[in-house]
Amino acid sequence: MDPGIIATILDSALRLAIPLLAACLAGLWSERSGVVDIGLEGKMLVSAFAAAAAAYAFGSAWIGLVFGIMASVAFGLVHGFASISQRGNQIVSGVAINMLAAGLTAIVGNAWYGQGGRTPPLEGVQRFDGILLGHSSLVYIVLLAVPLTWFVLGRTRFGLRLRAVGENPAAVDTAGISVARLRYSAVVIGGILCGIGGTYLSVGQAAGFLPNMTAGRGFIALAALIFAKWRAWPALGACFLFGLLDAIANQLQGLFIPGVGEVPVQAIQALPYLMTVILLAGVIGKAIPPRAAGVPYVKER
Amino acid sequence: MSAPIQLPKWAETVLVPAISVAAAFLIAGLVVLSIGENPLTATRYLLQGSLGTGEGLGFTLFYATDFIFVGLAVAVAYHAGLFNIGGEGQATLAGLGIALALNNLAFLPGFLLIPVGILSAAAFGAAWAAVPGYLQAKRGSHIVITTIMFNWLASVLIVYLLVNVLREPQSMNPETPSFPETSHIPFMHEAFAWFGITIPSSQLNLTLVLALLSAYLVWLLIYRSRLGYAIRVVGSNPTAAVYAGISPARIIIIAMMLSGALAGGLAVNELMGYQHRLLLEFTSGYGFVGIAVALMGRAHPVGIILASLLFGILYQGGAELAFEQPNITRDMVVVIGGIIILFAGALDGLFRRLVAQLFTRQKLAGA
Repeated sequence: MDPGIIATILDSALRLAIPLLAACLAGLWSERSGVVDIGLEGKMLVSAFAAAAAAYAFGSAWIGLVFGIMASVAFGLVHGFASISQRGNQIVSGVAINMLAAGLTAIVGNAWYGQGGRTPPLEGVQRFDGILLGHSSLVYIVLLAVPLTWFVLGRTRFGLRLRAVGENPAAVDTAGISVARLRYSAVVIGGILCGIGGTYLSVGQAAGFLPNMTAGRGFIALAALIFAKWRAWPALGACFLFGLLDAIANQLQGLFIPGVGEVPVQAIQALPYLMTVILLAGVIGKAIPPRAAGVPYVKER
Repeated sequence: MSAPIQLPKWAETVLVPAISVAAAFLIAGLVVLSIGENPLTATRYLLQGSLGTGEGLGFTLFYATDFIFVGLAVAVAYHAGLFNIGGEGQATLAGLGIALALNNLAFLPGFLLIPVGILSAAAFGAAWAAVPGYLQAKRGSHIVITTIMFNWLASVLIVYLLVNVLREPQSMNPETPSFPETSHIPFMHEAFAWFGITIPSSQLNLTLVLALLSAYLVWLLIYRSRLGYAIRVVGSNPTAAVYAGISPARIIIIAMMLSGALAGGLAVNELMGYQHRLLLEFTSGYGFVGIAVALMGRAHPVGIILASLLFGILYQGGAELAFEQPNITRDMVVVIGGIIILFAGALDGLFRRLVAQLFTRQKLAGA
């Protein structure tokens, strides 16, 4: 294969990995604090819409980013309220977030712009342009979030407490630290990261919002999170791997290999899901989630 | 606060769900208002479109049939303490089972072919649910994550098969050839015509009877059978189950297979009852609606039938509404479903606490 194609594939792998990575790190923060988040998909979708709508209205990609983050954090807080304050079922709340986001973005988009749920196309300063090696600033912000997450969760007092809350909230509570406050801050950080990921989709990668444009990325991010065993650097690796698979699948679309016939692109698309199931089954290694993940904290017991 | 909130049974089963549904509609009304439409007009179109005409009612019941199956599927797993959000994937595989059985066994007479198709749907759905069930039971892999992954695997698999293997050779569309005529489940208007009764024609077919029968059987199973008791024990306390001589692993796998088989009913209604061929995305996200239906119906078959009826009204009425007021697309139904899941599922405690407060205040006033 000639180096040009390899460079193209690696380049598009990075592009495809960025939204995954943002959502994956969001899930990492949330689940490390003990709040399971299957609403990553919905938060990315709602921020993609809010970002595109705001970028169009105000003529600035950065204002789009601010609105994207606000929308995602707002949805995150709904999830936080249900799972932290109300001690509701976190899975149920995540499913609700996903449905709400899918429905609301489509209906509001259609009512505002009358283009079947799309936002008008964005151009010029309404989009994030490449600043370095053809990649926009959002790409570097997301990449920077990896060492930042690693450092804060592994080396700071806040991060250590946050992780402790995901393993043994009662111990943290006994030490006189608020479990709810730590979990809420994790949910907000997750919201910010999802917001950046969603904004990248509609204002960086594409030029506008399309209904359901996340197309399952939130769930692949969840798979990547398990694959990375809830750690920051492996998350980068897993997301890049899944991005690479996607890029290869795109490249091979419609390609004929002598003796094999058309490349079954679906086989490559299925790999992230398949690998995650195999990993979860404990055939190769074992993925153990934070111990208190998904368990609401009840003080008196 | 940590003590379980005690409420009278009628409040538990009727009042709390009713409040959460009312709150969901209130918020949905606000959404309608915010996009500059009148919620009352919208409600009128919605009710008229779903219940106002015989044809509309037929469509409403057709959708309700779908939701009864997926709602029961979620409920059976829920009783075993499992969250099966893989209804989409299980129904998709059930559709594959139907297509394989009907198009390969077309020589069978109709009275055999229809049951074979239904059983094949149940078997494929059960098999697709059995793998996550097995992994949960034996390897401790979280069922929520594995069923999500299996949804995506199913959708990728079905695209591959329909595009490359099962497609009708001359056709450009990724769908199978039509199923043999003998395998079509009769439409309700056809069935009524046998007895000389004319009703408006719609997609509604005899699968509704199967759905109601399934609901009755699920009730028998969960509340009146030894297996159902074991399922409920495992769901509420797996440790106690072990001491009672029940194997949680076995029960988890069985409950998941039953759940998957029930999800297959969605494929029976959509494909054998209406589409008469296998096509992409026939599940239309109904698997997730099943979660709303099961939560609203409190995982009880009667509640599920009522909740299915409500969602049937929303889907059919929503289609008519979108026709009358193009600004309110059918996505509104997804929004309402999401809010109901949030209120009836995740924020359940909020309303229960409110109702409980109301009751204590009344008691104090009465004393």
